[in-house]
Amino acid sequence: MAEREMVRKTTSSRSTETVEEEAKSASTEKSEKLKAELDDLIDEIDEVLEDNAEEFVRNYVQKGGQ
Amino acid sequence: MAIIKVCGVETEYGIQMLGVPDPNPITASSLLVNAYLSLVSKKVGWDFVDESPMVDARGFTRDFQLAPEVETHLINTVLSNGARYYVDHAHPEYSSPECYTPREALLYDKAGEEVLRRSMEGAARVLGPGQSVVVYKNNSDRKGNSYGCHENYMMDRAVPFGKIVSQVMPFFVTRQIFAGAGKVGTEMAYLPKEQVPFQISQRADFFEEEVGLETTLKRPIVNTRDEPHADAARFRRLHVILGDANMSEYSTFLKVGTTAIVLSMIEDGFLDGLDTTLETPVPSLRAVSYDLTLKRPLPLADGGTATALEVQGMYLEAAKEYAAAGGLASIGDEAEGKEILRLWEEVLSDLEVDPMRLADRLDWVAKYRLVTGYRERHDVAWDDSRLAAIDLQFHDIRKSKSLFYRLGQERLLADDEIEIAVTEPPRRTRAYFRGKCLAKYASNVAAANWDSMIFDLGEDPLRRVPMMDPLRGTADHVDELIEGCDTAAELLRALGS
Repeated sequence: MAEREMVRKTTSSRSTETVEEEAKSASTEKSEKLKAELDDLIDEIDEVLEDNAEEFVRNYVQKGGQ
Repeated sequence: MAIIKVCGVETEYGIQMLGVPDPNPITASSLLVNAYLSLVSKKVGWDFVDESPMVDARGFTRDFQLAPEVETHLINTVLSNGARYYVDHAHPEYSSPECYTPREALLYDKAGEEVLRRSMEGAARVLGPGQSVVVYKNNSDRKGNSYGCHENYMMDRAVPFGKIVSQVMPFFVTRQIFAGAGKVGTEMAYLPKEQVPFQISQRADFFEEEVGLETTLKRPIVNTRDEPHADAARFRRLHVILGDANMSEYSTFLKVGTTAIVLSMIEDGFLDGLDTTLETPVPSLRAVSYDLTLKRPLPLADGGTATALEVQGMYLEAAKEYAAAGGLASIGDEAEGKEILRLWEEVLSDLEVDPMRLADRLDWVAKYRLVTGYRERHDVAWDDSRLAAIDLQFHDIRKSKSLFYRLGQERLLADDEIEIAVTEPPRRTRAYFRGKCLAKYASNVAAANWDSMIFDLGEDPLRRVPMMDPLRGTADHVDELIEGCDTAAELLRALGS
């Protein structure tokens, strides 16, 4: 939270254009990073996922609660 | 001026017992709670079978106990961080201590997750090879059985309940757009599966009433349970049963934070002019959950319509005015209140542009991206059981197995503060007195309750210390007192009880 706060403060004195451009590239950078992380997880997900998905889902039965 | 929104989160966890013939969820839940107790009391070689019930022949009614008690097969205990940890409806449940701010409620909710993780590790030590108990922080088994994650907020008794209901309803119906945990498919039997491939909320399928007392059947959007666990003449505890159990720190923080602000505004009469009454709250709750575009208009009582984003926007605008008028002090920390407003605005604006922007912060978006990414990669249909498995495993609390944790989401907390919160109580509510007494005078604490502590000094009668005000018994009030009393007898003498 503190970090975001600081970013806001330091950018507020600069021109709107620069800020927007930076925000745009930061946003692209971020979405690329997100995509890369997601791709990595999907690469390995079958190893992490419970062995027999169908059985796992079928056997996951809970008593109702609140 | 609204009173401080003392708050907390209670979570019923899902459990799977593996490698055991005819697994019993109550036994599994008891095993978890007992395993944790044996870890924190450093008791080695504890044996569940030999655990005998602790019965008080003096006939005192105990709400819950320090020592594990097998009473109608249910176990109840209080932890040194002030939380209650017990078995409820065949689920292990962790109720956070009373917290002073929404961020603290988030912290103690995450500490609860850690308590459950340690319980799993403890249980593994007493189980046989190939056996384990696995815990899930979700709200449904995907077969129509739901279990809850409830929030509690302290409110001024003077506010008429009907006013709370009408002014909070549109907010409750729509806050899922940032607080939903996401679900593959629907559990509404009458709906064709392909109609709802994915929805925003875990719980929306299970709500049938607008207002009511039930929590397990015909669940209402606004629950009327009137059990303040405090001075009933001054306080009300609004028990919120609508929410999803969140993995995401952002989702929990925003869920509790925005709700605390809205309730404060209601208390201060700040929403009296707000006109967003929904014509059909229950169907709207599902409509919002099923609409991933967030653009679907909801019918309003005045004949108009508004989208979920617009409804939230109206509350946000009111909250900004409330902040300008100095209202946010009731959140416990004005700076934190402003941070909640900033995040609320940021999240609503991102949701408006493209919800996928929030894939690193909000549960439902993260889960949606994961299942759609998997679908695209492997070209699988929405009803493929691998997608349902991803949905469940998102909520596995083991960090190595949990798809939520493996996604590496943005955070608001640090691990070391969670570690501290596992054992240390919040400092600014009565939870401090409860937790510290348990830590220091455990052998003399016969029972603890939300609003009292019962001491056993080895002589009749038991001594009860009432704690009817959640804002008394804080570190400021009792730190020196507890510091100066080596025994429970000294403490009670000093308290004059």
